[in-house]
Parts: sequence; C-alpha cells; structure tokens
Amino acid sequence: MKREFLSGNRAVAEAALLSGLRFYAGYPITPASDLMEYLAERLPKVGGIAVQFEDEIASINAAIGASWAGAKAMTATSGPGFSLMAEGISLAVATETPLVVVDIMRAGPSTGIPTKTTQSDVYQARWLAHGDYILPVFAPWSAQDSYDLTIKAFNVSEKLRTPVILLSDAVIAHMWETLYTREPGEVEIVSRKKPVEPPEEYKPYKAGEDLVPPMAVFGEGYKVIVESLVHDEAGYYRQDTRTYREMVTRLREKIMRNIGVVYEHEEYWLEDAKIIIVSYGSTARMAYPVAKSLLSRGLRVGFLRLKTLWPLDEGKLSSALSKADKIIVVENNTGRIYYDIARIAGRDRARFSPILTVDPPGFNEVLEAVSRWL
Amino acid sequence: MAVAKKVIHPLDKYLRSDRLPHIWCPGCGIGIALAAMLRGIDRRIREGKLDRNKLVFVTGIGCSARVSFYVDFDSAHTLHGRAIPFATGVKLANPSLEVIVVGGDGDIAGIGGNHLLHAARRNMDLFVVMITNFVYAMTGGQLAPTTPLRVYTTTTPYGNPEPPLNVIKLVASLNANYVARASVTTPHYIESFTYKALGMKGFRFLEVVSTCPEVYGRHIGLRNPVAMLEELKKRVIYKAHPVVDESDIDWDKGIVIGEYVVRNNPSYLDLIKRG
Repeated sequence: MKREFLSGNRAVAEAALLSGLRFYAGYPITPASDLMEYLAERLPKVGGIAVQFEDEIASINAAIGASWAGAKAMTATSGPGFSLMAEGISLAVATETPLVVVDIMRAGPSTGIPTKTTQSDVYQARWLAHGDYILPVFAPWSAQDSYDLTIKAFNVSEKLRTPVILLSDAVIAHMWETLYTREPGEVEIVSRKKPVEPPEEYKPYKAGEDLVPPMAVFGEGYKVIVESLVHDEAGYYRQDTRTYREMVTRLREKIMRNIGVVYEHEEYWLEDAKIIIVSYGSTARMAYPVAKSLLSRGLRVGFLRLKTLWPLDEGKLSSALSKADKIIVVENNTGRIYYDIARIAGRDRARFSPILTVDPPGFNEVLEAVSRWL
Repeated sequence: MAVAKKVIHPLDKYLRSDRLPHIWCPGCGIGIALAAMLRGIDRRIREGKLDRNKLVFVTGIGCSARVSFYVDFDSAHTLHGRAIPFATGVKLANPSLEVIVVGGDGDIAGIGGNHLLHAARRNMDLFVVMITNFVYAMTGGQLAPTTPLRVYTTTTPYGNPEPPLNVIKLVASLNANYVARASVTTPHYIESFTYKALGMKGFRFLEVVSTCPEVYGRHIGLRNPVAMLEELKKRVIYKAHPVVDESDIDWDKGIVIGEYVVRNNPSYLDLIKRG
C-alpha cells in the first residue's frame, strides 16, 4: 500500500495497470484525453501499448480484438464517443469479451459542454447498445473509489467474460486527491478462466455450472471462433429460437447469478433512519455532507451511496431502505436512479431532488433540494 | 472442430468441412478466391514460414466476410466495417500472429473506409483481401461504393449517379507496402499474390475482382454465371508492372490486374519496435 496524490483519471489508469492492462485504444475527447496521455507514457514501460485510433469505433473494436489475442484491454471516452461505441459494446457482449470501457460523463446531449459534468449517461451506460443484454456499471465518487472500482471492473470483466462500464464524470476525473494504491499481491487480480480440455474437445461458448465459458484465445491452437451472430456452444451461427433463447438467457444469467460479486453500495447511519438520501458519483460528494449535517441537527437521516448502477441488487437495496418513511434520490439529471428507487421502494416513499448543474453543486443547493421533502 | 474429417479435397485440412455446404450462390466468385488464398497460405505453411496455429482470419459482415465460417483457423466474424480495427488490436496485442482480413468492397471500403485508409497510412502489419463484386449482395442488391456510374441497383432505380471509388488508387496513395489486384478469372494470381503478401511486413492489400451473377449480374444483364465469368475474363488485363493511373475499373476499357505497389517501408511494428 502506498499513499499517492492522483487525479481520478490517473487513479483509473494506475488501477488498470495493476489489474494487468496491456492494450489501450482511444480517441481524444474531453474529459477523457488525459487518461490516454498518461497511459501512452506508462503502458510501453510494462510491455503494453496505447494506440490513438481514428475514432471511437475503431478504438473499441481494436480493444475487443486485443482481448481475444490475450491482452487485458480498455478504452475510455465521454458521451459523444461513447455513443459511437454502441455497436462495439454489443459485439463484446455477444462474444463474451472481457473489456473495460470508461465513460467520463460530461454535459449533453450532443456535444454539450465538454469540460463540465452532469450524470446524464446513466441509462446510456446500461442500455447503450441494441439487443437484449445486461452488463455491469460502476460509478466512483473519489480518486480512491476510481482506483478500487477500476480493479473491480477488470476483475468482474475477466471473471464473467463481459464488458464492464466504469461511469466516472468530469469532476471525479480531474479532481486530485490522496489515495492508497496497492502493490502487486496486495489485492486479488482475476484473469479469465482457461480451458482444461484439449483443442479438439473445446467449444468456445460452452459453459459449466457458473455459466461462464473458459476462454481460449488466438494463437493457442484452439481454432477459436469469435462470432457476432447468434451462435451455439461451438460458435456456429444458428437462426432458431432455441439457440437464441439459450444464448440470451445465459448471457443474462451469468451476470445475475453473480449479483453478489457485481453489486455494491455503501450505507451510512441507516439503522434508525426515517429519511434516507440516496446518491452516487460526484453528486454524492455533496449529498453526503448534507445528510451528515441534517443528522447532526437531530433529524433521523441516513445516507446510501450506490457504487454499482447496474444491475441493482433489488433485494439488498429493498431491505436497506425498508425502515425509512422517505427515500430522497439526489442526482444530477432529470431522473434516472430515482425511477429505480421508486420501483424498488415504492412510489409512495420515493422522492426526487434533481440537481441540474454543470458545476459541482454547493452545499446549500443540495440542502435546498432535499429540504423540499423534509 | 473435433470431428474426424473425411478428406476429399487437398484443402480440406484448412476447412471446417462440417459447416459445408457454404452459403454462397452458384456462380459466386468468393469460393474461387478463398481456395486460391488457401493455396497461397498452404505454400507458406509447407515451407515452414507460417504456423497455422498462429494464423487468424478476421472478417466483418457480408458475403465475403463469411469466409471466417469455413476456415479451420482462429477466426472472428465481427461487425460490419470493423474487421480492420479488430484485426489491428489482435496484431498489436500479439505480434507473433499473422492476421488476415477478408471482406467485400462495401465492408472494407464503404462502411469500413475510414479504418482502411488509416491502417494503410500506419502501414499496419495486416494482410487485407477485398473481394469486389460491385454491389451489396447479402442485403439484396443495393449500391456499393464500387458500383459503376449509371448502373441500376435496388437503391438507385434511376441509375447510379455516383462515380465509383478506385480502392487501389486510394490505398496506393497511402503508406501500404503492397497493393495488388487479381481476378477470380486468374486464381493463380490470387494465390501468388497471397503467397507474396504473407512474406512481407506492413500493410498489404489485395483486391480480388469477383463475379456475383445472382445479384450484380441481375443488375447488368449477366445472370448466367458462366457468361459473367467469360465477360469478366475478356476484360481482365494482366500487367507485370501496372501503374496506379491505369487502375480505374472500366468495363469498356478493361480491368488491369497485377502488383501496383511493392515497397519496403517501415511497418507499424517496426516503428514502435515491437514484435
């Protein structure tokens, strides 16, 4: 363990390197460019490579290719570039490619305000691409959390053979903070499971009990098939309902069965709370002190910070929120997580305090938004 | 796959014969192109210059992209237009692999055109084979970037108003080490150009002019596979040293095939000192 002073983006880069990142592909975009600049210098020193591609479409497809050549791979971007990656995300899902995609949210829609943040890409992170699928989304609130959740993103992507989205934002990305980084061996690093059977018996999409197929990569003699079309266990294209149903069901189930590995939230003062404030990412940085201040004034207020934005462990969330009379969701958009909380906790208890700002919200701004429901 | 194979053709050892018959229409040129490529690959393998376990076929979407279904190598059937960036990621993550991209003209030069030009500019260590049939065949006969002027397609019912793209000229203008054109009427050149390309570094590009009697032939009045092949054969002119200025595909003046560019510029991997 080592005490460091890093920006959120550099914390992501350092955690990625510790996790075994060897291939980075990207295209310049504010506020993600400095992540690539940092890795362009660092990666060659550990035998890896960072490449600036012609666009974000090439970037994500190159990262998928690199993953199939055996490298841990990552790309990072922001809203407009993330939109261009949509089809690539779906390829990574269908081919069960371990991959980490970092989306540093800025203000949108369209070109928006490149240098300023919002939390408007929550649904984009979940449902960017076409097709029926599910993938994990993690949202850090600090440099330390950027570091820890990046390690988690790599581990989950390798363990479950899935693309994982790290949903940071412009505030977290460029804010410098002290944090503790790890040395190799101090934290568990997961790598994809390899086949144990000989190549002639190997089927690239045949999973065992855990629903995650062992992954042979190019050049190992397994004659791997990477297939974008709906495919059976062998990777052969099939146009029938049974194959489609089996594939789509397993892709979902391998994530949901591991919800305990994927889902995480933090609880503060929930034991006697009658009012729970729910927030995440950069907005949670101000929702937390507001909750703390209300608590110190004698109100029975608790605070819950989501670390995983998708999929949600509805059972775990529901029981954490069960004793409160009111649950106030504070987020920097016109309603994303609020609708999840309303579904899980019930509309009668859920309240929404949107903070629509492109600058980090001030204490009074959040206090005012929350006070409406007190 | 694991099934014991009954060998009925010398190239069966490179095919997933359990996936045959293939999807290509009777008279389609892609099978000729693939067989000729495999013969070139076979020569390199038999020479000990290429390890079949280190060979990766990467394709996008379209009729030509389906070759990845049938070759018994590591293979990837990826997204429409994105085979080149996928292949670039593969090559850079493991430079010991020989990565071959195969696609149609729509896949490689239409939707994937931006990736093509940047990979050629980088002199990326890839061998790209573009099989040109002048039409979007898998989707039923729409306009391709290579469709000649005035040809009627399903999306240009009044005739194509757009001059076609000469992909040889485009790639030759960049930093590619090898730019060649062959035709399905001259499979021996597909074979020898493939063989040669696999002995080189950097970006290597081979255009194979093909026949699509079922879809393109319907548009130009040549639905008979034999007639279409014969008509193409009449127009193909081999030159030992063709120049780029004569590379425009012109059905009336002829289609010049041969090796347009053979260079030894530093490849991407040379320049980053990797592999």
